[in-house]
Amino acid sequence: MNSQGRAEFLLALADDELLLGWRDSEWTGIAPDLEEDVAFSSIAQNEIGHARALYELAARDLGTTADELAFDRAPEEYRSAPLVELRFVPDWGRTIARHYLYETADAVRIEALTAAADEEVAGLAAKIDREEVYHRIHAEMWLDRLLASEEARVRLETAVAELWPYSLGILAGSQRREFSGRVRGRLPFDLAEAEAVERGGHAEALESLWEEMTEVRRSVPGATW
Amino acid sequence: MTIFEVFRQERKGQPYQHAGSLAAPDERFAEEYAREFYGRRGESEAVWVVPRSAVHEIDDFADELERNYHRVDGYSLKEKLKEARLAAGNAPRRQGGADPSLRSGGDEP
Repeated sequence: MNSQGRAEFLLALADDELLLGWRDSEWTGIAPDLEEDVAFSSIAQNEIGHARALYELAARDLGTTADELAFDRAPEEYRSAPLVELRFVPDWGRTIARHYLYETADAVRIEALTAAADEEVAGLAAKIDREEVYHRIHAEMWLDRLLASEEARVRLETAVAELWPYSLGILAGSQRREFSGRVRGRLPFDLAEAEAVERGGHAEALESLWEEMTEVRRSVPGATW
Repeated sequence: MTIFEVFRQERKGQPYQHAGSLAAPDERFAEEYAREFYGRRGESEAVWVVPRSAVHEIDDFADELERNYHRVDGYSLKEKLKEARLAAGNAPRRQGGADPSLRSGGDEP
């Protein structure tokens, strides 16, 4: 992979992590209970930390900075998968459905990257994975908890069915098939064949997220903080 | 929800001390929450997570005959020393180097 190709690939990953981190952080202060508030906010912080590390690597290839990549692009220039752009507050069921689907897809992606020939990418992926382990534990235990009660199970199933096409859009090719197999093997209900909501298009919700995310930076262009 | 008590070891070899408590639906949640509350800032070497119901609390301690020499606060060394000095007709020295217990002047068990 040349450095331009590597940067574009890293940007997709970084954008996913940044936007999901931002969305998850919308629960800070209003999660179901105090313990979960701390745990989910911490996960949000981790995701943004991963985004920063990925942007820094991409920024070197592109001769720019992580901040410019994160905040100075137009909404349509982001390479994020639409799944991470959707706004779910105050729906915890859909939040957990996305959390589980994203972490499962991300695991497939990160596993492949830790074996990459590019040592910088492989090293960073291994580092990120050591934190993602706990995100997966968190997602899995919430999945089991919601599956254990009738009302929660119905709401989760509805949310997963709704988000399934979006989650397929995180990965491509054989990774998508691997992801699909893992999810179908894990969930106690069937998932319909679906057409993926592909990366490249964006959810309507991205616009307002972008406004909020870049507001401070746009207020004083070029300032250093 | 179950209440779990969390004990934290700050550095290897040190005793675990009570850090606080948290509410969680089961042990998996409790461990994950304990990690976030008491471990992720590098403040702990390790933590113990224990359901409160597993902790045996004892709060009755009989001491009917006021054997205050058993107690950490019940025996004033200062008083005993003063009595001993008076009995020996020997006033305490203001600046003493010979006997460290006179310099500290505290109540020691």
